[in-house]
Amino acid sequence: MEKKTKIHAEEGKQEILITREFDLPLTLLFKAYEQPEIFEQWMGTKVLKWENKKHGSYAFETSHDNHVVFKANGTIHEFIPNEKITRTFEMEDSPFPVQLEYLSFEKLTDNSSKLLMHIVFQSVGFRDQLLQMPFAQGINIAHNRLQEIAIKFT
Amino acid sequence: MNLRRDVFQAIADPTRRAILLLLASQAMTAGAIAANFNTARPTVSKHLQILSECELLKSEQNGREIYYQLNPSKLKEIADFIEPFRDMWDVRFNKLEEIMKNYKDK
Repeated sequence: MEKKTKIHAEEGKQEILITREFDLPLTLLFKAYEQPEIFEQWMGTKVLKWENKKHGSYAFETSHDNHVVFKANGTIHEFIPNEKITRTFEMEDSPFPVQLEYLSFEKLTDNSSKLLMHIVFQSVGFRDQLLQMPFAQGINIAHNRLQEIAIKFT
Repeated sequence: MNLRRDVFQAIADPTRRAILLLLASQAMTAGAIAANFNTARPTVSKHLQILSECELLKSEQNGREIYYQLNPSKLKEIADFIEPFRDMWDVRFNKLEEIMKNYKDK
């Protein structure tokens, strides 16, 4: 089966593009980002705060074996249903600085849609570091030494 | 017999990723690692074995205890690949799609 999610990360740029086409009408795709109960399901997380509006904020935490292993939060800058979400994203207790995320939702046909996620990082270094540590996503990266190790990699 | 394990397969498992992160800050014994999980001790041992087989972990005898630690050079090898990152998002989005397809059917 063809892999549906595509990542575009140009060398030397502090951004990445994630694109994905869904066999879902646009409204259903957007609902998965709008409704906290649905977001919780597909992200396997627990929503603590969820304000879908300009200057609103959100927070969620993920547990593994009853331990909270990952916490993230951010501020909403734009929230236009079925069109776009602009927000910040910050991983708590991690060495990674806040990142800026532009999410665009597009209708392809009545039963298919597309998501474009454009993430801007503070620096090329941080972007590469994040890409290099995929297993850090969704689990605790509270340890300072992780940063040291990550720096050694580069 | 030395089974060559696939590194990406090794890090695809959430418990194994959690083990790698635990070990990012310090070397630990199998017992100390297992104390962080609700899974049975032999399950954790199996995960440690898999991570060791693909050289993501190194172990060191210290007295009667065996300490596990990360092997940074092996981690560097996988660092250049974007695939695990893509895979993580693909898994999330597949789930989203599946959930919303059922939602539609309701």
